[in-house]
Amino acid sequence: MSTLVQPAGRRPRHVTWGRIGVYAFLLSAAAFILLPLYIMILTSLKTMDEIRLGNILAWPTVATIEPWIKAWSAACTGLTCDGISVGFLNSVRILIPSVVLSILAGAINGYALAFWRVRGADLLFGILLIGAFIPYQVFIYPLVRLFSAFGIYNTLANIVIVHIIFGLPIMTLLFRNFYSSLPPELFSAARVDGGGFWQIFLRVMLPMSTPMLIVATILQVTGIWNDFILGLVFAGRDNLPMTVQLNNIVNSTQGERAYNVDMAATVLTALVPLLVYFVSGRWFVRGIAAGAVKG
Amino acid sequence: MAIALPAATTRPRRFARRLPAVLALAPAALVVIVVYLGCMLWTIRISLSSTKLLPVNDFVGLDQYLRLFSNARFQVSVENLVIFGLLFLLGTLVLGFLLAVFIDQRVRGEGVFRTIYLYPHAMSFVVTGLVWQWFLNPGLGLQKLVRDAGFETFTFDWIVSKEMVVYTLVMAGIWQSAGLVMALLLAGLRGIDEDIWKATRIDGIPTWRTYVSIVLPMLRPMVVTAVVLQSIAVVKVYDLVVAMTKGGPGTASETPAKFVMDHLFYRNNVGLATACATIMLLTVIAVLTPWLYSQYGPNSQRRGR
Repeated sequence: MSTLVQPAGRRPRHVTWGRIGVYAFLLSAAAFILLPLYIMILTSLKTMDEIRLGNILAWPTVATIEPWIKAWSAACTGLTCDGISVGFLNSVRILIPSVVLSILAGAINGYALAFWRVRGADLLFGILLIGAFIPYQVFIYPLVRLFSAFGIYNTLANIVIVHIIFGLPIMTLLFRNFYSSLPPELFSAARVDGGGFWQIFLRVMLPMSTPMLIVATILQVTGIWNDFILGLVFAGRDNLPMTVQLNNIVNSTQGERAYNVDMAATVLTALVPLLVYFVSGRWFVRGIAAGAVKG
Repeated sequence: MAIALPAATTRPRRFARRLPAVLALAPAALVVIVVYLGCMLWTIRISLSSTKLLPVNDFVGLDQYLRLFSNARFQVSVENLVIFGLLFLLGTLVLGFLLAVFIDQRVRGEGVFRTIYLYPHAMSFVVTGLVWQWFLNPGLGLQKLVRDAGFETFTFDWIVSKEMVVYTLVMAGIWQSAGLVMALLLAGLRGIDEDIWKATRIDGIPTWRTYVSIVLPMLRPMVVTAVVLQSIAVVKVYDLVVAMTKGGPGTASETPAKFVMDHLFYRNNVGLATACATIMLLTVIAVLTPWLYSQYGPNSQRRGR
């Protein structure tokens, strides 16, 4: 994707009105995009009195971390008042097996599709790709009935399996494209040396896959952490992920709402994907590109 | 792609060698058959029955669809989807393109700008919805801010207004997704040949003209990809609405995705919900088919790879 790293625009010679205009536009766009983050963090540090009296953009006169403590350990979701920490732990418990297993499944499928001739494999891959675009609403009801029939509906295993199922298209695509881009001689040499399917995968292909493993991890960690609808439907009351808990805390409050606590809970929920984003930098963009580029 | 096996290998041995590959793909095949095909067909089948809460195996033709199209809430949902979809697509494309072009002017701190523009994309739609709900809160948010600054008659209560609420969803949606379009288009801009710029400079064509008449058409594949990705995101829009407006005030900001979920889980009208899901499916197919055809169809240059 990044054949040319140099910007293509005109090289600036000296400060002109045009240059000022360019920076003015970029800075105001940056301000617009940063504004909600600014408001979110600021509100979470204010007392309710200050929120009622002051304006939404004003710096807090006395910053307090009380709302953060309350959001983490005492905010009410409509049923219980144990804070968003419950959702955080649930999300972690959902995230780890879902990410590991969906990446492993994608890597194995991608490897099998790229190097091994299996009858019907292209058709399988084609349907899988189209499946990636179809709204969850189309599958949800039959899936609920199916999982109920197997007795695992509303369990941790259920939500993990669902994440693996719906992560399958993009993960398979990612690894298939990566393995297809490797020199074919690599595979033939391993074959001549007598390597079998799993041997070649584990000893040759997997150790070379680090870049794709990083991209896949970023995609899946942010994707699964940010999921709302699947967690809502399949996780069950005891395993509701952080996004669902957050929505319950904010939108099911009776009486006066504690906006500072709401915003603290919101920042806490956004923290994991934001951390992944800021740490991973260009890798994140690579994930988007890989997800957007087809075949 | 795959490497041809030595021709001398006999049939059974060849099969034995491939067996692990077949077994490795079996779970994926099972998922495709049971979930991606099976559940989809099952949903379509239910939409042709009179199912309310528990499955009924009768056949009522297109009754559920007729009921769906005369359902006021569904009509609002579709109307919202069209308004949201068009403005969201237009907004993210225009803003995304402008951001990409302006970032491409050899600016200082390019990396910082890029990082800022894309960060909303890393966040959940639930987070986006809640932040915007708070920012647009008429009592304590933007409206109060402007009123306190001296404009006492200033009114900005779109989020609680039946007519305007859908436009607040558009604002939040554009805020979240413009960066994605920027990232896609910037990658395209960086792929454009430096000679094009030299040529237009020699001909004295103004920069903006070059972007509109020459660069934009060259970015067509990226633009098309962005449009397809965003259109499908539009059909799926659910969490944003749930978090930001709960579909309200009243039913003013309902969407089809939310219509399906509500009728499945809260209103116990599975037949109607699956009919709506089927309409969503058809919409996605209608968007996807021409795109897939242009990518992989008989006239595509990508063929034969």
